Amino acid sequence: MRFTKDHEWVAVEGDVATVGITAYAAEQLGDVVFVEVPEVGKTVAQGDGLAVVESVKAASDVYAPVSGEVVEANAELGDAPETVNALPESGGWFAKLKLSNPAEVDALMDRDAYEAFLATL
Amino acid sequence: MSNDDLKKTPLFDAHVAAGARMVPFAGYSMPVQYKDGVLKEHLWTREHAGLFDVSHMGQARLRGENPAKSFEKVVSADYQGLKPGKQRYGVLLNEDGGIIDDLMTARPDDDGLFVVVNGACKDNDYQIIAETLADEATVERLEDRALLALQGPEAAAVLAAHVPEAATMVFMDARALTAFGVDAIISRSGYTGEDGYEISVPADAAERVWNTLLADERVKPIGLGARDSLRLEAGLPLYGHDLDETVSPIEAGLNFAVGKSRREAGDFLGAERITKELAGDLSRIRVNLKVLEGAPAREGAEIADADGNVIGKVTSGGFGPSFGGAIAIGFVPPAYAVIGSQLKVIVRGKPAAAEVVASPFVPTRYVRKL
Repeated sequence: MRFTKDHEWVAVEGDVATVGITAYAAEQLGDVVFVEVPEVGKTVAQGDGLAVVESVKAASDVYAPVSGEVVEANAELGDAPETVNALPESGGWFAKLKLSNPAEVDALMDRDAYEAFLATL
Repeated sequence: MSNDDLKKTPLFDAHVAAGARMVPFAGYSMPVQYKDGVLKEHLWTREHAGLFDVSHMGQARLRGENPAKSFEKVVSADYQGLKPGKQRYGVLLNEDGGIIDDLMTARPDDDGLFVVVNGACKDNDYQIIAETLADEATVERLEDRALLALQGPEAAAVLAAHVPEAATMVFMDARALTAFGVDAIISRSGYTGEDGYEISVPADAAERVWNTLLADERVKPIGLGARDSLRLEAGLPLYGHDLDETVSPIEAGLNFAVGKSRREAGDFLGAERITKELAGDLSRIRVNLKVLEGAPAREGAEIADADGNVIGKVTSGGFGPSFGGAIAIGFVPPAYAVIGSQLKVIVRGKPAAAEVVASPFVPTRYVRKL
């Protein structure tokens, strides 16, 4: 799993990256009450808005950590947005992207680097 | 503003010790939530009793020959007719009948009026009030007092265990009395839609009173996040969001804030506009909206008619935990302000169905008689 400074994670299998937000981000957001996931087929560049996650208090953007085409979105979050809080780094994923530039993944932080980054916040 | 410039309420240390997430609000460092989070805190208040620190709000005494008469020059409520032991909502008006702030005024004893105003507005309010009272009456800011709100269906039983007299009060009663061993001003009111009290105590007693109330297992500390979702569900407008200097009390649906005797006399600021609006001549009015699909519509989202023409704006919105869905407060022309009216809210460029519903979203539980 790789991480961004915006607290997204990606897990790559073959040429598909699963994207979610980290446990730290989920804790900061608080209780998630609505998630807007992208439509399958949408193409995003690294840093583009990918999803929107809403807590009781506010809406927050989730940015694409890597570039690619959305091949699957987590439909379960429609009925169970609280999964983002319960399982942020597994069942609470937002979308799967077919990577258009796999090299972007290598430039992201690994777990140790991300933990070190969190320690500076 | 850096965090160092933020003011602290007398309960700051207690919030930090309880694991609160502190955020800047109205110039103060305030708890937005504690460990349980906004959703659980909201639901706890609706089921049991929530304790809020609202010490950032302004507390003041107006004293003089007839402070209510002087005060009425800038507020539309009938405060000369306010009976001893009662509290009444009012709005501070500008010359155009726009709302400078909304406030609560009480006559808790024979020491003039006790006024509570919004934290973010208080400096400006006091300046206006002082200029208005001029040499007729005085305004004294009570900077050395804290304000706690205990809200929820179990609030009355909790407070009665410490202050038996509180059980003899009804909604909008306000009394100065000795409570927790100190001089307190207690009103049976709040801003959550629930039964409950607001308790003013000397700052140096605040932490002791806070901890005494929290020692009751029915009580949990509740942050500003849940305070906002609770008041939204109760259909209560919030200054700086639903109310501002362009909005009149009639547009805001606060007709009751313009006292009957005052309407007859027409002796308040903006009387020309407000009298016309009371007769039905107004361009927009506050409505409650239930968002029927998609994401919550937040402050600033546009409201459109069924054909997509923009007719207004959301001024507060979010998820109502007790309501169980997305709700919003906004302003639209009166023709659309009819219960059942089918409208749209534009969220991130996409129109979503919304319906005008009655206020409040969740039934209020004020105790109006014993």
